[in-house]
Amino acid sequence: MLELKGITFGVAESRGKKEILKDINLTVGENQFVVITGPNGGGKSTLAKVIMGIEKPDGGKILFDGEDITEKNITERANMGISFALQQPVRFKGVQVLDLIRLAAKKQLSAADACQYLSEVGLCAKDYINREVNASLSGGELKRIEIATVLARGTRLSVFDEPEAGIDLWSFQNLIQVFENMREKTNGSIVIISHQERILEIADEIVVISDGAVIKQGSREEILPEILGTASAPGGCQFYRRNA
Amino acid sequence: MDKILEEMLLKVADLHGIPEGAYNIRANGELAGRSTTANIDIVTRKDKSGIDVYIKPGTKKESVHIPVIMSKSGLTELVCNDFYIGDDSDVTIVAGCGIHNSGSMESRHDGLHRFFVGKNAKLTYIEKHYGDGDGTGGRVMNPKTEITIEEGGSMEMETVQIKGIDSTKRETVAHLKENAKLIVQERLMTHGKQSAESRFDVSMDGENASANIISRSVARDSSHQIFFSNLQGNSPCAGHTECDAIIMDDAKISSLPEITANHPDAALIHEAAIGKIAGEQIIKLMTLGLTEEEAETQIVNGFLK
Repeated sequence: MLELKGITFGVAESRGKKEILKDINLTVGENQFVVITGPNGGGKSTLAKVIMGIEKPDGGKILFDGEDITEKNITERANMGISFALQQPVRFKGVQVLDLIRLAAKKQLSAADACQYLSEVGLCAKDYINREVNASLSGGELKRIEIATVLARGTRLSVFDEPEAGIDLWSFQNLIQVFENMREKTNGSIVIISHQERILEIADEIVVISDGAVIKQGSREEILPEILGTASAPGGCQFYRRNA
Repeated sequence: MDKILEEMLLKVADLHGIPEGAYNIRANGELAGRSTTANIDIVTRKDKSGIDVYIKPGTKKESVHIPVIMSKSGLTELVCNDFYIGDDSDVTIVAGCGIHNSGSMESRHDGLHRFFVGKNAKLTYIEKHYGDGDGTGGRVMNPKTEITIEEGGSMEMETVQIKGIDSTKRETVAHLKENAKLIVQERLMTHGKQSAESRFDVSMDGENASANIISRSVARDSSHQIFFSNLQGNSPCAGHTECDAIIMDDAKISSLPEITANHPDAALIHEAAIGKIAGEQIIKLMTLGLTEEEAETQIVNGFLK
C-alpha cells in the first residue's frame, strides 16, 4: 500500500550537501506491521517525515495505494489516510486534550468516547480530558496523547516516530500493549521507528537503516537474531530487560 | 430596539433579549431598559452620566447585566458607573460595550467603572467589547476600571476584546486588603490598523493578598499592542503577572511587566512572551487533516479561549 522508490534527501551544509537518505526503496504491505530500526542519525526520522510530507525528498517517488503522492502536501496525505505521531509532540496553549482528540477524529466525539483513546494509551482519562496541551504536561504524558490522536484517526497507514522515547520504563509495558492491540485488530498498516526489542518482537517485517540506506530488510524471524546485541538495537533493550 | 442594536446586545452580553434579574441597558447614550431586584438596586447618577449599582450584603447567586450599545456614528460618551458589592455576597456582573459605526465620524465610548468589593464578597466581572459597521468612522473605547477589595473579598475579572475596536486604551487599578484576591484574564485580538494599550496597576496592601494577571493576545495585520502591568507587593503577599502574545503579519507588540516588592515577604513573579505560531504546531494539525489556514485559526482560537 506504501511504496518508496529511490528516495533521496539532503541538507545544505557549509561544505556542500550532506546526504541524509540515499536511494531508499521500501514497500509496506496492506495491514503489515513494519518496524524501522538502526543507529541514531541514520535517517529514520527523516524517512518518516518524508512519508508524511513534512520533508520533501530531492529525488524518488512515494506511492500510496498505487497513487503518486510525492507532490502532495501534509494535509492531502492526512486526508488520504496517513497518520503520523511525532517523536517530540507539540504543545498548544489553550487547546484541551479533548479538542485535539476531536480534531483528530474529525467529529464531535463525546467526552466518554474521547476518554477511550486516552485509556488505551494508559492515561487515566478523566484526569486529562479537560487539561490543556501545554507545558503542565510531562513529556511522557504528551507522548501518549500524541499516540491517542493517531488512534483516534484510525487511518489506513499510521507512522510512529520513536513512540517509546520519553516514556518511563514502567509505562512502557502499557505502550507495548497498545501496539499489540493495534496489531491484533489489524486496522491498517503500521510503521514504527523504534529501538525497542519488545516492539521489534511484534513486527511482521524489520527494516534496518544506517547511514541513509537500507542495510537489512526482511521478516522478523530473519532479521531479529542478526541485529540483537549489535549497534542496531542499542543499550535500551538491555536496560529494559534488567528492569523488567 | 432595532436589529443592529439587538445584534450588538447578543455580541457583548450573549443576550437574546431582555435578561433575567437585574439589568440596565444603555443604547445610544440613553436608558433603554432597567430592572432591579430585592437585593440589587440600580440608580441613575445625578452628578455624571452613569449608574450606581448597590448589591445588598449576603446576596448570593444573582447577576447584573449592564450592556452599552451604540449605533449612531459620531456619538461620544463618558459613562461613570459605581458598583457597591455588599459583604459576604456572591454575584456576577456582565458588562459589555458594542459599537456599530456605519458613518464617517468617530464613535467613542469612555467608561469609568469603580468596584467596591465588600468583606468576604465574591464578584465575577465579565466584560466584552465588540465593534462592527462598515463606515470609515473610528470605533474607540477607553475603559478604566478601579477596584478596591476589602478583607477576604475576591474578584475575578474576565475581559475580552476580539474584534472591531480601532483604538482602545484600557486601564485597571486595584487595591487589595488583607486576604483579598484578584484574578484577571484578559483576551485581546487586534487586526487591520488597530491599536490597543492595556495597563494594570495592582497594589497588594494587606497581608496574604494575592493577584494573578493573565493576558493573552493576538496581533494581526499591521496592528499595534502595548501591555503594561505593575504589581506592587506592600505586605506578605503573592503576585503573578503573565503576558503571552502571538504576533502575526506586520504587527507590533510591546510588553512591559513590572514588579515591585516593598516588603521582604512579597513573592512576585512576572512572565512575558511574544512569538509567532510555531511551525510544528501548524504541522501537527496538518497531520490531522487541517489545512494551513484552518490550523492557524484553530491555534489562535484555542489561545484566546
